[in-house]
Amino acid sequence: MKKSVLFGLVTAAIFSSNVQADTLDDVKKAGMLKCGVSTGLAGFSQKDEKGNWSGLDVDVCRSVAAAVLGDASKVSYKPLTAKERFTALQSGEIDILSRNTTWTATRDTSLGLNFAGVVYYDGAGFMVNKKLGVDSALKLDGAAACIQAGTSTELAIADYFRENNMKYKVVTFETSDQTRSGFESGRCDFLVSDQSQLYSLRIGLKDPDGAVVLPEVISKEPLGPVVRQGDDKWFNIVKWSLNAMIEGEFQGVTSANADEMAKSGKPGQKRLLGAEGDLGEKLGLSADWAHQIIKQVGNYSESFERNVGMDSALKISRGLNAQWNKGGILYSPAMR
Amino acid sequence: MDNTFTPIEARKPPSSAIGPIAWMKESLFSSPVNTLLTVFFGYLIIRFVPPVIDWAFISANWVGTTQDECTKSGACWIFIKQWFSQLLYGSYPENLHWRVNLALIGLVAVVVLQFFLPQHLRRRVGWVSLLVYPLVSLWLMYGGFGLETVSTDKWGGFSLNILLAFAGILMSLPIGIIWALGRQSKMPFVRVVCISSIELFRGVPLITILFMGSVMLPLFFPAGVQLDKLMRAFIAITLFQSAYMAEVIRGGLQAIPKGQVEAANSLGLGYWKTMRLIVLPQALKISIPNIVNTFIALFKDTTLVLIIGLFEVLSTIQAALQNSNWLGGHHIEGYVFVAFVFWVFCYTMSRISVHIENKLNTGHSRS
Repeated sequence: MKKSVLFGLVTAAIFSSNVQADTLDDVKKAGMLKCGVSTGLAGFSQKDEKGNWSGLDVDVCRSVAAAVLGDASKVSYKPLTAKERFTALQSGEIDILSRNTTWTATRDTSLGLNFAGVVYYDGAGFMVNKKLGVDSALKLDGAAACIQAGTSTELAIADYFRENNMKYKVVTFETSDQTRSGFESGRCDFLVSDQSQLYSLRIGLKDPDGAVVLPEVISKEPLGPVVRQGDDKWFNIVKWSLNAMIEGEFQGVTSANADEMAKSGKPGQKRLLGAEGDLGEKLGLSADWAHQIIKQVGNYSESFERNVGMDSALKISRGLNAQWNKGGILYSPAMR
Repeated sequence: MDNTFTPIEARKPPSSAIGPIAWMKESLFSSPVNTLLTVFFGYLIIRFVPPVIDWAFISANWVGTTQDECTKSGACWIFIKQWFSQLLYGSYPENLHWRVNLALIGLVAVVVLQFFLPQHLRRRVGWVSLLVYPLVSLWLMYGGFGLETVSTDKWGGFSLNILLAFAGILMSLPIGIIWALGRQSKMPFVRVVCISSIELFRGVPLITILFMGSVMLPLFFPAGVQLDKLMRAFIAITLFQSAYMAEVIRGGLQAIPKGQVEAANSLGLGYWKTMRLIVLPQALKISIPNIVNTFIALFKDTTLVLIIGLFEVLSTIQAALQNSNWLGGHHIEGYVFVAFVFWVFCYTMSRISVHIENKLNTGHSRS
C-alpha cells in the first residue's frame, strides 16, 4: 500500500514535470529562449573561436527568439549530447530542441514530444573515390563500405543493398573521424553516412576533389525542431516561425528588403510581414513577428546558403531542400 | 736529503675505462642482449624522432589566422592559436577573463601559501584560506554581489577542468574522511550507511554516475525546479571521488597500530579528539601518495563531462574540429595540445606531492 503511494508520487512527479504550464509566458518572463543544440556539428550548430553559435539549427532558435522576444540574439544555447536531448526537453531545461533530430513516428508518439516541422531533409548517401569511376550507387555491387558503428545508416544500407540484390562488405569504425581515415587510407571503396555529414567529411579529406558524393539518398532523415507535447500555443509559435522563414523565401522577402516590402510589397508579402492581417495576434505575438525573423535571421535560403550552402565551406546544394516550385519539397502551408 | 714524502701523482685510469667509448661499452653494449636492445631503440629513435620534431616544429605553421594559411606540411598550430581562448576559458565573456585568471591565481596562491608561510601562521591561514577561497572563487566565476553574473553554461575550457577537479578534491576529502571513519564505526546504522554509499559509488563507473546525474535526475525534480547541469556534474564527481577517497583513507587508518588508539584512550581522549589529534594526522600522512594519486586520476577524469555536453577542454577541441571553417582534420594537433597541457599539470601535481611528503616526513619512511 505504502509502496504504491510512493510509486504514485514518483510517477506524478515525473509526469508533472513533463507538463509545463505556459512556455511562451516563461520565455517572455525570462527574456531569454533556452535552446538545446548539439555540441558541435558543422553547419548545423557550431561554435566559433569567439564562442558564438551559428548554423541552420541555431537559426531556428534565433528565429523563434526574434518572433517571441523581438531580438534574435536573446538565446541561451544549451549544448546537448544525443542521449540527453529528450530528457532536457521533457524536464523543462530547454524550451525548444533544435539539434538535428530525425522526425520518426516512434519519437513523435512515445516521448511526449512534438516535431514542429522540418528544417532539413537529410538522408543516408554515398561518397566514393573518384578513381573508381562510379556514378551511381547501383554499381557498387561487391564493394566494401566504411560505416560508423551504431548509426541508423547501418540499417539503411543493409536494406538498400538487399532490395537491389547486391552484396557489400562492411568495415565499421567508432567515430566519424576514424571512418574518414579508413576511407582515405583505402580500407573501403565507399563511405556511407548522412548526406549533411558526407560534405563535412569530404572537406576533411587530404584531397577533397578526389572523392565524389553520389546522387542517391537511401533513407529518410527529416531533421526538425522539437517541443514538449501539451503546449499547443508554443508548438504553433515554433512551427510558424520555421514556416515564416520558408514562406519568406517563397515570397522573395529577404533580410535586406523586408522593411521595404512591409510598406510597398504585394499583399502576400505584407500579410507575412504583419503589415496586414492579424496573424501575430492569433499566435499571441506582436504583429511584426515574422518581419523580425526575416530581418534579423533571414529567410530560409539566406540561412541555408550562409550555414551549409554555397556561402559556407560545406557547399551543400539545395537538392530536396529547395522550394517546391524549384524541384525540392520545401513547402510552407498558407500564411493567411 | 729531503725526506718529505711526495706521493706519486695518481695515474689516470686506462683509456679503456673512461671516456665516451668506455661509457658506451659499459652501459649500452655490455652484453649481446643489451647490444641488440641498443641497436633496436637507436633505430626507433632515428626512425621516429626526427619526423615528429619536423612535424611539430620545423615545418609547422605558426603564423596566420585561418586554416588556409596552413600551407606547410607540418602541424597547423594556427588552429590551436585561434582557439586558444576557447580552450582556456570556454565562452566566458572576453572582457571578464580577468575574473577567471584571478580565481586561478588565487588557487595557486592558496597552494603555495601552505609551503612558504612560517610554521605558526601556516595552520591558521591555511585553514582559513581553504574555507574562504572556494567562496571567493565561486563569487568571481559566477558573479553577483556587484559583479556581472556569468551563467554556468558559458564556463568552459581548461579552466573548467581545473575548477571541477579542485572543487571535487576539496569536497571529496572531508566526505571521504567521514565515510572512512563511519565504515569503521561501532554503530551499525552509521556503518551500514557508509559502507553502502562507498560500495555503491565505487562499484559504478563515473560515466554512469554522470549520465544518471544528467539524464535521470532532472526527471525526478518537481516542475520548475532546475538544478544547474554543471552542479549536477559536480555532485556526481564529488560522490564518486569521495568513495575512492574513503577507501584510500581507510588504508591509512588500518595502518595505524591499535596501541595508538589505546594510548589515546588511556590519556582520557574521547573519540573525536583521538581521531583528530592522534589517528588522522598519522593516517593522512601515510595516505598522501595515494590521495594525490586519486586526485590526479580525478583531474584526468574531468574530461569525461564531455559526454554530458559540458565544454571542458577536450570537448572544446571536438567542437572546434566540427566548425565548418576548421574542417581540415586538425585532430592530431588538438589532441597533442590537450595531452601536453594535462601532462604538465599532472606532473606538477605529483612533484608537489613529493614535496609534501618530504615536508611531513618524521622518520617513518622505510626507504
